[in-house]
Amino acid sequence: MARVVVTVPATAKRGEVIEIKTLAGHPMETGFRHTQTGELIPRDIIKTLVCLYNGAEIFRAELHPAVAANPLVSFTTIATDSGTLEFRWTGDNGFSATQSASISVV
Amino acid sequence: MISRRQFLIVTCAAAAVPARAQLPTNITAQRKAALAEAVREVVGASPLRTGRVKLDLPPLVDNGNTVPLAVTVDSPMTQADHVRAIHVFTEKNPQPKVISVTLGPRAGRAQIATRARIADTGQVIAIAQMSDGSFWTDRVEVVVTLSACLEEGLI
Repeated sequence: MARVVVTVPATAKRGEVIEIKTLAGHPMETGFRHTQTGELIPRDIIKTLVCLYNGAEIFRAELHPAVAANPLVSFTTIATDSGTLEFRWTGDNGFSATQSASISVV
Repeated sequence: MISRRQFLIVTCAAAAVPARAQLPTNITAQRKAALAEAVREVVGASPLRTGRVKLDLPPLVDNGNTVPLAVTVDSPMTQADHVRAIHVFTEKNPQPKVISVTLGPRAGRAQIATRARIADTGQVIAIAQMSDGSFWTDRVEVVVTLSACLEEGLI
């Protein structure tokens, strides 16, 4: 299972803009490199990252091989209600990872 | 008697010719065409205007394998006027696309950050699509000392 980390503030004021950082442990193999014997290393990347706030999609990113290994993506959202933020990564070779974080809005 | 200078000119020229022949001669043109094609895929026939978008990345990149980059778009991010998508492209990578994100009014601020691989000294381009259908862009020229994508034979 891939290691994924998300940083979400535990509490926020209603209407406040919060910053979310996500990091997934993944080599993001580009598919352009060769081994010493000249064989092409097949592509193996994370293709999408989706963030759901209480079930509603607030952010979606499409990643390409030009994103560095262990992709870090950070973005912002408005703290509307207490609840959970769910993060889903999907990629080549059936890669899939989920992580959730809870936030309480006062 | 052949001079040292003549010897060097002849041998270097001989060495340079086959080395050049191994690379596709029009690789720069190919990558330029690929970039133009990728931009057209996003923008279509709409005009691409400069401004409102701020692409932030170091002008001198030591290691092209992890280049921190941030895109900020000047937008109120309301239901009526927000950023719908942000796309980042590079000029010299084998594939021009880096990342495409979809945003909405719930983002609060149009601001994203990630880390990219950049193959060579050249331009990095960010394009923002607004909710009114207009496209805005920012271009940054970067110098890369250690290129990504070229470290062969790691396994």
